[in-house]
Amino acid sequence: MSSDHRGYEAVIGIEVHVQLKTKSKIFCADPTNFDAADNENTSPVSVGMPGTLPVLNKMAIEYSIKAGLALGCQIRNRSVFARKNYFYPDLPKGYQISQYDKPICENGEVTIIVNKIPRKISITRAHMEEDAGKSTHHGDYTLLNYNRAGIPLLEIVSGPDMHTPQEAAEYGRSIRQIVRYLDVCDGNLEEGSLRCDCNVSVRKKGESKLGTKVELKNLNSFRFIEKAVEYEIDRQIDEIENGKKIIQETRLYDADKNRTFSMRTKEDAQDYRYFPDPDLLPIVIDENVIEEIRKSLPELPIKKAQRFQSEMGLSEYDAALLTEEKEVADYFEIVSQKSGNAKLAANWVSSELMRELNNHKVSIHNSPIKPAGLAELIKLIDSGKISGKIAKTVFGDMWVTEKSADQIINEKGLVQVTDTVLIEKIIDEILTTNASQVAEYRSGKIKVFGFFVGAAMKATKGQASPELVNQILKNKLDSFSG
Amino acid sequence: MDLTKASFKEVSDSVKQKKISAVEVAQFFLDRIEKLNPKLNAYIAINQAALKEAKVLDDKIKKNEEVGPLAGVAFGIKDLLCTKGLRTTAGSKILNNFVPPYDATAVARLKNSGATILGKLNLDEFAMGSSNETSYFGKCHNPWNTDYVPGGSSGGSAAAQAARLAMGTIGTDTGGSIRQPASFCGVVGIKPTYGRVSRYGIVAYASSLDQAGPITSSVVDAALTLESICGFDEKDSTTSTKKTPQFSKNLTANIKGMKIGLVKEYQNDETHPDVLKTYTYAIEELQKAGAEIIEVSIPLVEFAVPMYYLIAASEASSNLARYDGVRYGHRAEFKDLSSIQLEDFYSQSRGEGFGKEVKRRIMLGTYCLSTGYYDAYYNKACQVRRLLREQYINIFKKCDALLSPVTISPAFKIGERSGDPLKMYLNDIFTTATNLAGLPGMSVPFGMSSLGLPIGVQLTGAHYEEQKILNIACALEMASTAKGSLPNVF
Repeated sequence: MSSDHRGYEAVIGIEVHVQLKTKSKIFCADPTNFDAADNENTSPVSVGMPGTLPVLNKMAIEYSIKAGLALGCQIRNRSVFARKNYFYPDLPKGYQISQYDKPICENGEVTIIVNKIPRKISITRAHMEEDAGKSTHHGDYTLLNYNRAGIPLLEIVSGPDMHTPQEAAEYGRSIRQIVRYLDVCDGNLEEGSLRCDCNVSVRKKGESKLGTKVELKNLNSFRFIEKAVEYEIDRQIDEIENGKKIIQETRLYDADKNRTFSMRTKEDAQDYRYFPDPDLLPIVIDENVIEEIRKSLPELPIKKAQRFQSEMGLSEYDAALLTEEKEVADYFEIVSQKSGNAKLAANWVSSELMRELNNHKVSIHNSPIKPAGLAELIKLIDSGKISGKIAKTVFGDMWVTEKSADQIINEKGLVQVTDTVLIEKIIDEILTTNASQVAEYRSGKIKVFGFFVGAAMKATKGQASPELVNQILKNKLDSFSG
Repeated sequence: MDLTKASFKEVSDSVKQKKISAVEVAQFFLDRIEKLNPKLNAYIAINQAALKEAKVLDDKIKKNEEVGPLAGVAFGIKDLLCTKGLRTTAGSKILNNFVPPYDATAVARLKNSGATILGKLNLDEFAMGSSNETSYFGKCHNPWNTDYVPGGSSGGSAAAQAARLAMGTIGTDTGGSIRQPASFCGVVGIKPTYGRVSRYGIVAYASSLDQAGPITSSVVDAALTLESICGFDEKDSTTSTKKTPQFSKNLTANIKGMKIGLVKEYQNDETHPDVLKTYTYAIEELQKAGAEIIEVSIPLVEFAVPMYYLIAASEASSNLARYDGVRYGHRAEFKDLSSIQLEDFYSQSRGEGFGKEVKRRIMLGTYCLSTGYYDAYYNKACQVRRLLREQYINIFKKCDALLSPVTISPAFKIGERSGDPLKMYLNDIFTTATNLAGLPGMSVPFGMSSLGLPIGVQLTGAHYEEQKILNIACALEMASTAKGSLPNVF
């Protein structure tokens, strides 16, 4: 789909809520594990009992600075927590501790690549806040689980810089990729550790004034972001074309019906009565601390992909694929380095290894084949000791037995036969015992060539070098035709 | 030993030397409470475990284990401080059934120092009031004359202290809530520098102003209590990391050469002649003791009351949002919970749970923080507050402490002002600036009204200079003719 929608242009801005993976909550010592029993990870502080007070978790600041720097943001030397006041049963204190006019990160940008074209998307701000609990509605009653209440969030707010559903989804993917590279968030959309809200508006092409925006929520995959935004753009254009006005509202996406529906309109919108939280001191961050963290940042995905292309000669596609996850990129780099063949390493990691990992639902970190083992296998292919075909068998055995490639080859006698004399001898026998087929070939039915190859491979249990078999057969058959 | 007169040190020494047991001390006060509290309504809950806890201390002493400086000293606690396993209500229906699973840090520290907790003391609902008339658990009476208010919001603490229903009590002070009732009841009350005492576990009224402190019969007892409850607490980010001085050891009545300022702006025609008389007498006595009296000007104190009500109400409107009937506290009864709207659930639970004055301040604060009013009210008040603080800091370059009346009048009659909130708020004209600037302040009993009601004078010190005002208070205490007199209504 192009950015041209019936003469309209869509304008999209996104708020990403990133759960920072600190061990304890942002304002108390409760653990943050997702698999805890209902309300297990709570304490008087996190359920807002009288007189309890928040105490800031320093790790949350460090993670936020990390993310801010990776998003090209300026880090405020003095930022302030503010209370956002509203009532909801899953909000224990009746206010959420957030940041308002002095957020920790401001003015950044990220580069996204859509249809091979890089685009810069501005980051207006990124601020720290506490997550709320979770309400689950069961017909005539509602259950509350406060395990999530107080988990640190970084809310990353983009500028209204995107114009297509694809850009919106790609922006979401990029943010997820970056926070996962930094290891500050596990980026699990289904569990809600990363949540995207999209603000969508449309305007006539060439118009500079922004249209009325609608906020889309409940988008728990990047595919849904794309579909929901797509639907919403069409819906808004339809409304305008039908002479109606867009209402500022929040809409939820229903994935089953692939449509959005209204949750609340601007008229219901709350006055949050933000004010600085008197229970917390301003966060003062020394410039040296920021520099220390900056130095510790890993190479980010886009840079890494560029390096894989320029230094290792990978295709754009392979480079993108291998840098999607930091762990995969790290794995690949070791294989490439140890094997000395980047292209083969790229092929093996992106095809064979990824397939097995996906089939067995194993993370690359827990792969039974370690990078050094795969590098060894690649070296064996590279040196001609085994064929690519045999290598696949060896790879399969390595996955199951966790033995080294060498060991498997020796045990199974899988070394490629490259002895010309031996191969010639076998071929001579085949040609003698199959005189009629030889005659057929020589009379012009060259199709039977395949028969001879098959017979030769069968005779060597597949270990003969296919190149040598081809070459010798051709010489022998053709030389008699003279 | 007369436990109504003995100092903390005398009692704790005797307990440590096994001349008297902590159980006996606790029993003495529990008996007194049983007999006298019905007339005062100072206590709203008794710690049923008090004797058991005292016994634990006695056993420790028998085994020659180390015990703290307040060993066996029996305390009453304002019911704004959470006490583990002992109902804590903040004087409100909305917390009628709340039993905290934790102690406020100040309470935990008292216990660690060996103190026995007798029970929980009456207060204005959520500490919002100057007369203890807004408590859901009924009015508290002034022991000097039960037709009169004990002051507020720590009315129960001051009344219990004056009637010796405890050896010492803990109050809290957001705009004068320790100093004003201490003055009305003829006892010593000190609000330390903001940040000295942890606010953890103290039901929040206005977080940037709240501070707990002791109400005692003597300055030295107050000093000793402060040593126990002050100091950094990792559970409260706003506590100071400064070391707590040994206030009681350093206590001296020698104030020769100290400069004491009188705030020009506090002069007004409204001040009651008996209050003025006491104040003038205090000035004379301080001069006799060798202090130099100077007049100082702090122009912004004139705006202290409006600043205070804007800031305190704003913070309160947010602090009290957690009382929603969802997780604990009062929940309105609904015949069919499934058919009601969430908004009704909130408005009915909160509507029933909060009293009139609390609702008034929530409304006021919500308004101040609203879009379009924030800059004119809350933010403006905060800006002026910073300037006020600077004016104080500059003044304390010229003098060691400030002396003023505590209130414009002695205790008033129950019901006399409850219909007129604005008049009630004027009670606070001499006390709120101290909280706004985060300074330590105290009230020392120094005179009697013509009607036989106590009148105190107020001392205000520079940040973290509690020792100076304690010493001045010590000098005043020695000169006071009212010293040692007890209410004789019983």
